[in-house]
Amino acid sequence: METSSHDILIIGGGGAGLRAAIEIAELDPKVDVAMVSKVYPMRSHTVSAEGGAAGVAGKDDSVDEHCYDTISGSDWLGDQDAIEFFCNEIPKELLRLEHWGCPWSREPDGRIAVRPFGGMKKMRTWFAADKTGFHLLHTLFQTSLKYATIARYDETFATRLLVEDGAVRGVVAIELRTGKIRAIQAKAVIIATGGCGRVFPFTTNANICTGDGMALAYRAGAPLKDMEMVQYHPTGLPFTGILITEAARAEGGWLLNKDGYRFLQDYDLGKPTPTPVLRSMELGPRDRVSQAIFGEFEKGRAFHGPYGDYVHLDLRHLGEHKIETRLPMVRELCLKYENIDPVREPIPIRPVQHYMMGGVHTDINARTSLNGLLAAGEAACVSINGANRLGSNSLGEILVFGARAGRSAIETVRASGSGNETAILAQARDEERRLEENFLHKTGGAERIAKLRDEMQRAMESGCGIYRERNSLVASANKLRELRERAANLAIDDHTRTFNTQLTAALELGYMLDVAEAIVHSALDREESRGAHQRRDFPKRDDQKYLAHSVAHQAAEGPPRIEYHPVVITRWPPGERVYGR
Amino acid sequence: MSDTIILEVARFNPESDAEPSYESFEVPLRPDWMVLDGLNHIKDQLDGSLAFRWSCRMGICGSCGMMVNGVPTLTCETLLMNYAPGPVRVGPLDHFPVVRDLVVDLDDFLAKLQKVRPWVVRKDDFKPAREFIQSPAQLESFHQFSLCINCTLCYAACPVYGLDPNFIGPAAIALAHRYNLDSRDQGIEDRLDIVSRHEGIWDCTVVGECSTVCPKHVDPSLAIQQYKLTATKEWFKSFLLPRGKH
Repeated sequence: METSSHDILIIGGGGAGLRAAIEIAELDPKVDVAMVSKVYPMRSHTVSAEGGAAGVAGKDDSVDEHCYDTISGSDWLGDQDAIEFFCNEIPKELLRLEHWGCPWSREPDGRIAVRPFGGMKKMRTWFAADKTGFHLLHTLFQTSLKYATIARYDETFATRLLVEDGAVRGVVAIELRTGKIRAIQAKAVIIATGGCGRVFPFTTNANICTGDGMALAYRAGAPLKDMEMVQYHPTGLPFTGILITEAARAEGGWLLNKDGYRFLQDYDLGKPTPTPVLRSMELGPRDRVSQAIFGEFEKGRAFHGPYGDYVHLDLRHLGEHKIETRLPMVRELCLKYENIDPVREPIPIRPVQHYMMGGVHTDINARTSLNGLLAAGEAACVSINGANRLGSNSLGEILVFGARAGRSAIETVRASGSGNETAILAQARDEERRLEENFLHKTGGAERIAKLRDEMQRAMESGCGIYRERNSLVASANKLRELRERAANLAIDDHTRTFNTQLTAALELGYMLDVAEAIVHSALDREESRGAHQRRDFPKRDDQKYLAHSVAHQAAEGPPRIEYHPVVITRWPPGERVYGR
Repeated sequence: MSDTIILEVARFNPESDAEPSYESFEVPLRPDWMVLDGLNHIKDQLDGSLAFRWSCRMGICGSCGMMVNGVPTLTCETLLMNYAPGPVRVGPLDHFPVVRDLVVDLDDFLAKLQKVRPWVVRKDDFKPAREFIQSPAQLESFHQFSLCINCTLCYAACPVYGLDPNFIGPAAIALAHRYNLDSRDQGIEDRLDIVSRHEGIWDCTVVGECSTVCPKHVDPSLAIQQYKLTATKEWFKSFLLPRGKH
């Protein structure tokens, strides 16, 4: 077994991981930092973010207003100290990206341009046309190349956290090209592996979003927080689930049902106006807009297609020039994947799983409850997003908390003694044995990976989608139990070391089953409706019982143990979420 | 029309095969399926050992470039129907060493990206308290060159790179050019050695295979020709201005 060691190891090479790496390299070039990523960093899913990143920019805006929008958007489940810190930091981070070369869209005078976004009362969303995530990721990746001190293990797949004496001391990982199993030791490990959308059948998420880091932390004893809070984006293309950015509505797009009617006015989201009004109608928050579209499905006022019901997103009145300059990727995606031109035709869309508000439980400094383990980005839950994230807050989150995780990791390294290397390496060899016996040398299994994955995804959608209830959740939980048992009998017929993607698919399935279980049980326990978590059997928000984060601990046997931690309320007492009135 | 199509897929397992071969699979031919959907059908239903890279399936992560019927292609955004009635031949990108099946070794490309110093270089240490002022026209001057997704299709198409792997290549030059043209950058002199040390650029003609295959309509060929011009100008300047000599 090959071994190496670093001061800090970052798992995940997307926006949060790269931002952490740069922070570390800038703050202390003597700190030895390395990054493990299962894909080349510029392939990470940050690349798919489209609309923008919110940060107070205009004179008419204030940090307090960004805080209020985020808190009400979160249905008061976000921690207000974290949100205030976030809203203060984010303009500085976006400016830093500007200095690093991010091609932000501009006003005619050369200043940064901002656009409106859902649930935001002011125009504060910085954007690079509708490829903001792409530009942000490439800017970070290219900037990271400047620092020789950042070591990279590209296309290296983490399989287990090494924990010794209550502290995380590194990971075991497989180098995909050679199949070599490595023990990589570190005094601090940052999880920045993104989300887990692939536990659902219909998702905007990339193939790589399989909850790896969430599961690694969960298995190592760091709990997952608010996992029931699953965001559905209102506008995905029906077959592929490809995201059509919220910026399409921010620029003035309308949502229409099969009668050509702007139905959001029936869902307490305001009255239709020809041009967009902030925090109203199509600029409502994602949870409410997705629920409204689902309502149209149930009322039979939607179109029926081969991939389920859909409604229309109409951009035609914006004109070709605006679509081409502000939303070029929307047009490109529609032409390529739906064979329609939004300049001339409305876009068929349906709500699609998009984002996890939940994740590895961290404090405001990106620290998890395990010593030496930090987490940032979608993989983490600080929480600034609570029960519903506002569009354009996630790109900000990866920057602010990625940087914060880097800073905290340096402190951890400075305070850390040396671990018991013999014990750590013995653990690594155990993991090596598990990989060899259960996967690389395994013969005779009967279950296909793709079949179990499909069954898991269907169980999640039917039981734990936009609307949930006890019976559907119990059915999903039972199905997941069954799948977990069947996963022990996987058929692995690829025993090649070199770039074995059947091995990684099997390991990813294991991660997803763990994360799915945390989602379902957290949803089962929360007997209220709040934000993205809508229970048919408990349709009201219940602040008496559930103004609290769910925190799921993996149990040795059986379902996770769920406890609740109070939400941090500072200056904004819980109130009604008001949009469009 | 038949409702299936034959995919002839390159197979190469370095642990057991002396050389690559093609294996045929019959996959459903559905109107909205991309070539990548066909490959995933093979992996999920027929042969789980097939190795290929993919991720975003929306043409932005740059992972799934392959040779489809001999043309460098992003498989997630190319309809299988375009190749009906088939068969369709899918192979690893040309000009790169093959790791396994459809997976190629990108080390050389990654090293080249770093070589062109693709970050904002400031000689004056100036950091404005706010943003750098950059007019929409200044942004436009480099914008298209910032759209490269690093899919490396242009390398697979480039006849010069095919002959001389030392050639720094279309995407890396386009990226260098992108920073040179950015009003916030002052690193143009630092990036001159890209052309002076890598002879390949002068062998590149205006054939523009790279620009033809680019799925994001970046024009690396234009970048290369403009870069030559920049390099020549800077080279002359180095004789006129003593500062440029070292």
